[in-house]
This record gives sequence, C-alpha cells and structure tokens, in this order.
Amino acid sequence: MKQLVLVAAVAVFLSACSSTKLDNVPVEDKSGSGVAQPIGSGAGTGPAGERAVTPVAVEKSRVPDAANRVVYFDYDSYAIRPEFQALIENNAKLVRADKSKKIAIEGHTDDRGGREYNLALGQKRAEAVRRAMGLLGVPESQLEAVSFGKEKPAVMGGTEDAMAKNRRAEISYR
Amino acid sequence: MLKRHLLILITTLVCGSAFAQFRVEVSGVGLTQVPIAIATFRGEESAPQKIAGIVQADLERSGQFRAVDTGGAAMDEGSRPEVSTWRQKGADALVTGSITRLADGRFDVRMRLWDVVRGTDLGGQSYAVVAGDLRLVAHRVADFVYEKMTGDKGIFSTRIAYVTKVGPSYNLWVADADGESAQSALNSAEPIISPSWAPNGQQLAYVSFESRKPVIFVHDVATGKRRLVANFKGSNSAPAWSPDGKTLAATLTRDGGSQLYVMDANGGEPRRLAQNSSIDTEPIFTTNGKSIYFVSDRGGAPQIYRMPSTGGNAERVTFTGTYNISPSLSPDGKWLAYISRVSGVFKLHVMDLATGATNAITDTTADENPSFSPNGRLIIYATQQQGREALMTTTVDGKIKARLAGQGGDIREPDWGPMQK
Repeated sequence: MKQLVLVAAVAVFLSACSSTKLDNVPVEDKSGSGVAQPIGSGAGTGPAGERAVTPVAVEKSRVPDAANRVVYFDYDSYAIRPEFQALIENNAKLVRADKSKKIAIEGHTDDRGGREYNLALGQKRAEAVRRAMGLLGVPESQLEAVSFGKEKPAVMGGTEDAMAKNRRAEISYR
Repeated sequence: MLKRHLLILITTLVCGSAFAQFRVEVSGVGLTQVPIAIATFRGEESAPQKIAGIVQADLERSGQFRAVDTGGAAMDEGSRPEVSTWRQKGADALVTGSITRLADGRFDVRMRLWDVVRGTDLGGQSYAVVAGDLRLVAHRVADFVYEKMTGDKGIFSTRIAYVTKVGPSYNLWVADADGESAQSALNSAEPIISPSWAPNGQQLAYVSFESRKPVIFVHDVATGKRRLVANFKGSNSAPAWSPDGKTLAATLTRDGGSQLYVMDANGGEPRRLAQNSSIDTEPIFTTNGKSIYFVSDRGGAPQIYRMPSTGGNAERVTFTGTYNISPSLSPDGKWLAYISRVSGVFKLHVMDLATGATNAITDTTADENPSFSPNGRLIIYATQQQGREALMTTTVDGKIKARLAGQGGDIREPDWGPMQK
C-alpha cells in the first residue's frame, strides 16, 4: 500500500513537471533566455520566484478503514445481519462512484470442519455480500466473491468469541 | 478401544539427514500379524541409513507384521539361518542383508528373505545406489518382503504430499510414505491446500492462495515447473484427477455457488457437471473413471453422493449423521473413507460400500482429509494430538495406527501418491 502511494506520488510529480515543460515552454526557447523568462501559470512564476515548488498531495484513500469493511455472520449462517446494511451501503456507494475501483469480497469461516467444505461455506458468505452490493447497483464487473475458508482466521483460538470474529466477509479493495 | 495399548516406539535414526523430521510411533494390536525378524544388515553401522530399522518400521506400520527381537544376530544375505533358533524366537520369517560402499561411492545393498517355518529361501534383491537413495532402497526391501508374505503390493516406496504451516510460511512437501526425506516442492506466504497426486506420480495439483484467492496449479515435482490451470472469477478449488490423468474435476464458483466442473488437465474451458443452488464440492473419481463421489449439501446438510463422471443423476451414499465430507475411495472401490461429525467432533469413518456398514476408526476429535494408500490397505489422514496437528496412518479396520509426527509447526492435507514404477 505504502509503495503504491509512493508510486502514485512520483507519477503525479512527474506529470506536473512534464506538463510545465511540454505545454508551457516553447521548444525554441530552450537554449535562449527561456529559463529566466516568466511563463504564464507554470511553476517558477508568481511572487515566490523561479525556484518555487508547488506542493502536491496525493488524494487520501477513500477506502474505509478495516473495521468498516468486515461483515460478521452467525454460526452456520450466510444471512447479512441488519446492523451491517449501512456498512455494505457505504462500500457500495464508493465502488459505484468510481468505475475503476474493483473489490473482492473474501469469505471466511471458523475453524471447525473440513478445509474444502469450509471454503464453500466462506464462498456463500462472500456471495451474500456480493449479491447485496449488486442489489445496491454495483456492477458485477467490479465485484468478485472469493473464499479463504478457515485458512485465514482473524483471531486464533477456539473460544466462541474467537470463532465469531472469524465468521466474516471482508471487503477488499484491489 | 483397546484396554492394553501396545506402544512400540521406534526412533528412526537421524543420521545427518536434514529433513528427518518424523518419529514413527506405531500403536495398536492387529489380529493376524506375521512375526518377522529383521537382522541388522552387515555393514550398517558405518552406512548413512540403518536399512533394517527402516524396513522394520515400514512393515510394522502396515499392521500386518510384528517385529521379533533378533538378539543382535550377526548375519547377511549369504548366511544360512539356523531355522530352529528363529522358530524358538517365534519368528515366521527372517530378513538378512548387507550394505557395502562401492569404489565409486555408491552403496551395494543386498537382502534375502527366509521362511523360517519351512526353512526355505523366499528370494533376495540387490541394489547399487547413491547415498541419497538408500532410504528408497530400504522401502523397496520392505515392499519385496510385504509382497512375498502377503501377496499384496507394498506401498512403502510410494510418496506422500502434505502441507506444513510454520509461522507465516506454508510449504508443500513431497516425502517418503513414512513421512521421511521430505523435500519442499513449494514455499508460499499464503495458504496451500488440497494437494492431489496425478496418476503418473510426477505432478501435483493443488490450491494456492498466493494471488489472494484460491486458484488451481498443476506442478511438476521433479522440475518445479507449474501451470495455472484454473483461475476463473471467484474461487477455484478441490482438484481431482481422472484415472487416465487427462481430466481434472474441480469446484469453481465462476457461475455463482460452489459447483463441480471437469476440465482438461492442461487447462482450458471447464464443463459444468451439475447445476443447482447448493454446495457441490470435493469430487473424486472412481478407479474406472466412470463415477465421481462428491460432497453436497443439497439435502440440507453435507453428505457424500455419487454420480456419473459425465454428470447426471446423483445418488446419496452416506445416510448417518448430518456432516459427512472429504471422501476417499480405496482403489478396489470397496471402501469409502470420509470424515463425519459425531456429537460435535470430527472422526475418520470407513464405509463398506457393499453393505453400507460404517465404522469410526479413531479416538481423535479433529480428523481431516483421509487418503487411501494405493494398495488400499492403509489410510493417511490429518488430525490433532495434544493441540497440535499431526499426520497418522491407520489400517482400514483402525487397529494399527502410526503417527508421522512433524516437529515445529502444523502439518495437514496429506495425499498418498500412486504406486511407483
């Protein structure tokens, strides 16, 4: 993630530079007095003088934090509890607003039972959330329901509390 | 439950093998076991592998042999045993042999099997191999003895695959059938499940989560080359080979829900086998390739069903209990091993398919993923003992069990490979 932000920042910075050169600096001025010449609205103009730097901030990710991307399920259940409806709507709104955003909904189970069968159960949870988002107008092309079964518990341990935290679907932005 | 629990502990000697991570513990009492004496091979004390010990552990794990103390008898394949002495010790058979380092650095291993009841020579074998193949030679000796004494093919020189999780690291291992000589075929930071040996014993299909979703690879074990064969939208899992190795059955969710498909083992467009709104998963082919056993919750709870491998009508196979998963068939089609939840715990069961009679054959509570040996005599499965994951083998009647105990980390998802050439 950090790396991605960095790459994005560099990209924004580079495109800012190049647009200054290509759009605003006439090619024939390069070897002349062009450097010192005031140039429209690009960097290096204005009261700050020719060494001015325009700060660019990468837009903060609008992806909800982890707590707002997890839907928990009851034992042996794939029904979305009413308290998670708002969370799903928030995420659906975000994805709908940005066609470039893709999300994977990752279903998980507690650690009881077989690995493959739990994979299928986790898939049912993921697909329940996927369907809910579909009903909220998110196109299928932006959604993928996948399962981790019991392979990636959020919490270790066999207590009822731990198992409840592991029966979940995580909305993952990709 | 056996009141008197006979526990034989054989510590296989480590002998510098970096991968010797197993201790073989055999427990239980079989009904008909051949008492066999396996004399220390001459020259063994200076050899990299203790052949007699490996042969003995193999034969005991099969449940069909009981080791008789040799009293340190110094013999080799050329010795003519004093029959009365061995009969006094209670042995029906005797294995003798030797191991000699050759000029080129290889080892010459020779052995002979004696019937000490009749006083007859049952034949011998010799092998010239590099040090790295000495354990394999010991397993072949065990196979030879097993076949001579029981009439069935031995499975000691076959391979198993399994998965370990140590901290954040997952490994797919290929090991000897006794769990030793494990070599890592794949290391990943993400889970690996459901390894499945191709019928040729050269490739493994498995499910990897390395791309943040389950996808199916086919992996050539010797070269390490692997091919992504199922990476469809959604989850891709539960690969199973057809007996001719040309087709894979798998569970895909590309069309919504976990459903069964078959596809070319090299990849390609999958063909859907059934269409319903329930979970269908964990397919396995019968030996003749004509049917598929699988798990479905179409009746409201997971049960094992059977249908033609081209699709069609499914008939229910398990009727007892509300949670029956992970089927494995004996190659002769007589036995079905599976995991059943009984009173909240998960136990390995075996069904006699001719009568439908079922038996719980373990006293553990978190059994998973049974897999028959290619001669149908043993089942390997994963379980938990003292809170740690372990691999076990058991005879089909559950009377003789052996633990292949990993050291450090969790061990699971065993799959027993085919007979080796």
